[in-house]
Amino acid sequence: MSSERLAVEIAGIKMNTPVMGASGTFGFGMEYQDFLDLHEVGAVCSKGITPQPRAGNPGVRIAETPSAMLNSIGLENPGLEVFKRDILPQAAQLPTAFIVNISAGTVEEYGEMAAALDVDGVDGLEVNISCPNVKEGGIVFGTDPKAAAAVTASVKKHTHKPVIVKLSPNVTSIATMAQAVEAAGADCISLINTIMGMAIDIRRRRPLLGNITGGMSGPAVKPIALRMVWQVAQAVQIPIIGLGGITSAEDAIEFLLAGASGVQVGAQNFQDPGVIAKITQGLDEYLAQNGLQHVSELVGALEV
Amino acid sequence: MERLLQDGQVLANETITPVVKRMVIHVPDIARQVTPGQFVMVRPPEGKNFLRRPFSVSDTDSAAGDIILIYRIIGRGTAEMADMRPGDIMSVEGPLGHGFAIPEGRALLVGGGVGIAPLIYLARSCPVKPFVLIGGKNESEVFWTRFLEPYAEKVFVTTDDGSVGKKGFTIDLMPEVLATEKVTAVSTCGPGIMMRGVAQLAREHGIPCEVSMESRMGCGIGVCLGCTFEGQVSHHRRKVCADGPVFPAEEVFG
Repeated sequence: MSSERLAVEIAGIKMNTPVMGASGTFGFGMEYQDFLDLHEVGAVCSKGITPQPRAGNPGVRIAETPSAMLNSIGLENPGLEVFKRDILPQAAQLPTAFIVNISAGTVEEYGEMAAALDVDGVDGLEVNISCPNVKEGGIVFGTDPKAAAAVTASVKKHTHKPVIVKLSPNVTSIATMAQAVEAAGADCISLINTIMGMAIDIRRRRPLLGNITGGMSGPAVKPIALRMVWQVAQAVQIPIIGLGGITSAEDAIEFLLAGASGVQVGAQNFQDPGVIAKITQGLDEYLAQNGLQHVSELVGALEV
Repeated sequence: MERLLQDGQVLANETITPVVKRMVIHVPDIARQVTPGQFVMVRPPEGKNFLRRPFSVSDTDSAAGDIILIYRIIGRGTAEMADMRPGDIMSVEGPLGHGFAIPEGRALLVGGGVGIAPLIYLARSCPVKPFVLIGGKNESEVFWTRFLEPYAEKVFVTTDDGSVGKKGFTIDLMPEVLATEKVTAVSTCGPGIMMRGVAQLAREHGIPCEVSMESRMGCGIGVCLGCTFEGQVSHHRRKVCADGPVFPAEEVFG
């Protein structure tokens, strides 16, 4: 069990700790129960759910690059109906907040997803407008401020749950995107999704990934993510959840100082399935050692 | 079964051929639980590579608390493993996935390449000594016989070049084995094309067959979905890491 110092409420979602599992890397939470106590995980962000089931992309979907990985899963998921029937009831029982990550092909479908998930067991929605691996995965919405605002407004209109909009780093001005979704009613912003990348096998003269390009994540992306969190923190009033390459309590503290109210851990869960609990514990120790009463004292405390 | 994350001491990392090594790791709680066909995800704690690498467990010494991995040096992950020395620490996550059903009667185990590795532990676990059929390119790739012979009724060998055993592929010799020996189950691990042929022959003889799949993996526990395929019987997406790596042959090949 984590301490009072770490208990937070982000956009109305109560959490034991501001450290969460990032979508696509933490399953639906139960997969990690052998490796950590879910009380030490602030929230689970589910694998991205789409209106219909998706098989994902063909060919090799995972590759490693220095201090990072590429993935081109392509939003494989069982679809909204099976998710609600078979997975949500189990996930709702877990001793952690449960945030459902949603993707869709049209503004209207995003609204329909939100309406269908305005049910018990869902603590919040994370709107994925930034999957780089499928045409319908939202990257179109994630790179155009008007489209991002339209999706956000559509989701907000159809739900009573807190709405977190997950931004893509594959844009020229992250602050512009953040301001657009804030103006459209977003309760919170999470960033960054993966950065579009590529790797080539020179012996075969072929891309390592079946889908040619993929989303890059892991420690190598952390400076980019941190910079974007800081820029967004200067541009909006709503809370921010920072993610991108976090592997330790020290990394998490950097994101908090830059202005994030909470953090998500992604690819590092693959290397160490117990890492989120370790970050929660490390964060608590840091607060104690530095005489801080509450983790919120770190948020945006960067001195420049 | 509880999946664990444990640091274990490397007790041995012997060279078998210039490209194949055998690592013994002391991880008692994992060694005690792992069953044939299950795998572990490993990574040296201060390693240069970001992701863990999956290896099926070749054998265990559960009394001593050791697992044995026989691996081929293929890329950066296995190159880093190959440099490890006795006394070094390896982080081991496991046991993972679902392994082979232990055949009740006389089984035939068919392996190709480094896919032969998990068949050692399976052969040792069979209540009736199984027949084992393995294939490789040449003599340097069929060293496995010395690990298999103690647990096998007989080990049949094929090589592509005929340098040892029968010239040809495992699936060329398999019909002869099935014609002369009474076999009640087939278990196979190796290249996809070989396993497809093995599954086909088993089916023609009305013998149930299990296949062990190989895939690149990000997580090993069913969350990243890097290793999924379309189940041919279930018509559901199946995860090699969490639903397998061992599946009924029909689920993989139809």
